[in-house]
Amino acid sequence: MFLVVVLLAATLNFIIPRMAPGDPIGAVLEELRARGAGTQSDAEDEIVAAYRARFGLDQPTHIQYFRFLFNTLRFDLGYSISYYPQKVERALLRALPWTVGLLAISTVLSFAAGSFFGAMMAWPRAPGFMRRFVPMFMVLSAVPYYLLGLILVYVFAFVMRILPLGGAYSSGTIPQLDLDFLLDVIRHGMLPALSIVLTSVGFWALGMRGVMVTVLGEDYLTLAEAKGLPDRRIFFGYAMRNALLPQVTSLAIALGTVASGSVLVEVVFNYPGIGWLLYNALRSSDYYMVQGVTFFLILTVAVSVLIVDMIYPLLDPRIER
Amino acid sequence: MSQDTALQVNNLRVSYMTGGQEVKAVDDVSFSLYPGERLGVVGESGSGKTTLALALMRLHKPPAYIMGGEAILDGSDILALEREEIRQTRWSKLSLIPQGSMNSLNPVVKIKHQMADAIEAHERGWTRRQIAKHITELLGRVGLPDSVAEMYPHELSGGMKQRVCIALAIILEPSVIIADEPTSALDVVVQRVVMQTLNDVQEQLNAAMIIIGHDMGLMAQSADRLAVMYAGKMVEVAPISSFFSDPQHPYSQLLINSLPSPEEKRELAAIPGSQPSLLELPSGCAFHPRCPIAEGRCEQEIPLLRNIREDRRAACHLVEEQVS
Repeated sequence: MFLVVVLLAATLNFIIPRMAPGDPIGAVLEELRARGAGTQSDAEDEIVAAYRARFGLDQPTHIQYFRFLFNTLRFDLGYSISYYPQKVERALLRALPWTVGLLAISTVLSFAAGSFFGAMMAWPRAPGFMRRFVPMFMVLSAVPYYLLGLILVYVFAFVMRILPLGGAYSSGTIPQLDLDFLLDVIRHGMLPALSIVLTSVGFWALGMRGVMVTVLGEDYLTLAEAKGLPDRRIFFGYAMRNALLPQVTSLAIALGTVASGSVLVEVVFNYPGIGWLLYNALRSSDYYMVQGVTFFLILTVAVSVLIVDMIYPLLDPRIER
Repeated sequence: MSQDTALQVNNLRVSYMTGGQEVKAVDDVSFSLYPGERLGVVGESGSGKTTLALALMRLHKPPAYIMGGEAILDGSDILALEREEIRQTRWSKLSLIPQGSMNSLNPVVKIKHQMADAIEAHERGWTRRQIAKHITELLGRVGLPDSVAEMYPHELSGGMKQRVCIALAIILEPSVIIADEPTSALDVVVQRVVMQTLNDVQEQLNAAMIIIGHDMGLMAQSADRLAVMYAGKMVEVAPISSFFSDPQHPYSQLLINSLPSPEEKRELAAIPGSQPSLLELPSGCAFHPRCPIAEGRCEQEIPLLRNIREDRRAACHLVEEQVS
């Protein structure tokens, strides 16, 4: 199943960029021309032909396809056209930690906070002010994260100047594993993470609240209370424990789409992650880079769904392994 | 009757507040429960049986509110206890066998943990080994193999789940067990066996038990005394044998007449009319519109539940005239 998904995805991935208008070599040449190079037209034709041969674009489509599949399976994603001679997988690997660090952490954070708040909003013995969060979460979940991101940048980075405008670390510093660099990274990650957490926490909270209301009506909650269990135990062990199950499935899908879904956050904050890479690749019709990134994204969705499939029986014994 | 009752309920009133109206689901109910006794509570759906059970456990949820009365268990009034006190009372002195036992166990937690947490919540200071031993012993007592402890609820049949619930109910040896339609989700064969198990463990503990239900046959087999509820009120309380041989309240009489009997094949006598809506109860005796012997007084005065013989009580204006 997993392999079929990946194979299908790879195929679609091959076809779709080729159907899009624009020619990658042309795009590169245009860029070169804009910089004032290669104006002679016959030389240009030669350059185009040479480049096409170099990237295998002169081959018939089916040969390109099989070569693509074969290389993909070896995780050889080819050369980036616009950053030639950089390999796509190298660019991906360099962007990956940033995306995983920023997006995965903020998604998990917002999942945890949202689920907890959502459960509290449905819990009858929670403090009364908890229920007041409902409209706030509804509004927040309707705000697009890139818009909130822009507002946050304006307030915290432009007006108050307490946090940096963008990037993953201060320019001029050399990435290394020490405390100063780590703090710098956290400072830079704060605003983009905040914009993702704030706009997605409502989704988790409202979803959790809905499931929680159903679970609270179950007979096993009545029995748990009749057993004289302390409130905390009922809340965490019985109510939240069961209400979390559908949330975990959503989390798997959300984690998979994390990178693609948050492309614009990385663009707004100029964050050197996978979303940013994809955005730039699309702008310059960089076939191989687009293919590489999308293939990678599909792979992450498939892998995270696979992981959830494997751990789900541990969470819910009714699902057979 | 003060010290020798396991549970003494006086003038309990529970109402649902809906749309600004008070719906009296349990209206001025009083009864005593003696140690080791099995009291059956029967009535049609909506007569207040389950509301009564939940209120005694203080498990009623808004819009249900306790409007008055007291329930004395072990010297203290359950209805007046603070949250933490009621939590400690639940299960250690008063346990519940739930109605929908198909769904009464947490689906994602092993049986042994669901049994252990009831013990842990009451800080008995038992070691883990003692708890495990106790659980195995209890499962054996309700006729389940040890291996059930390691299972999840979905791996058990309906009857097994109900046995787990029974084992769970006696885990802290309470003095009162409330069984709310303990067998209604099971088929007839399993019903009898499970009921037998329940009666056995109750006798071993010498706990008092309130069995709520509407299966008169099952009641006849299990209960020592029977209380009949109609529209939120108790209308008759009687020892089981004299109840069936000599029902006093007209409603009880009709109830018994409506039971099928193998000796005489006859048309089943249904009780004419239907139970009144609690929102607009008839004046006087709530049963008078359906009562075959009602007279003028029944339309005005609400009959009180009073002693009509040494061990029998009924709430009907006309009973005394009939008896004496």
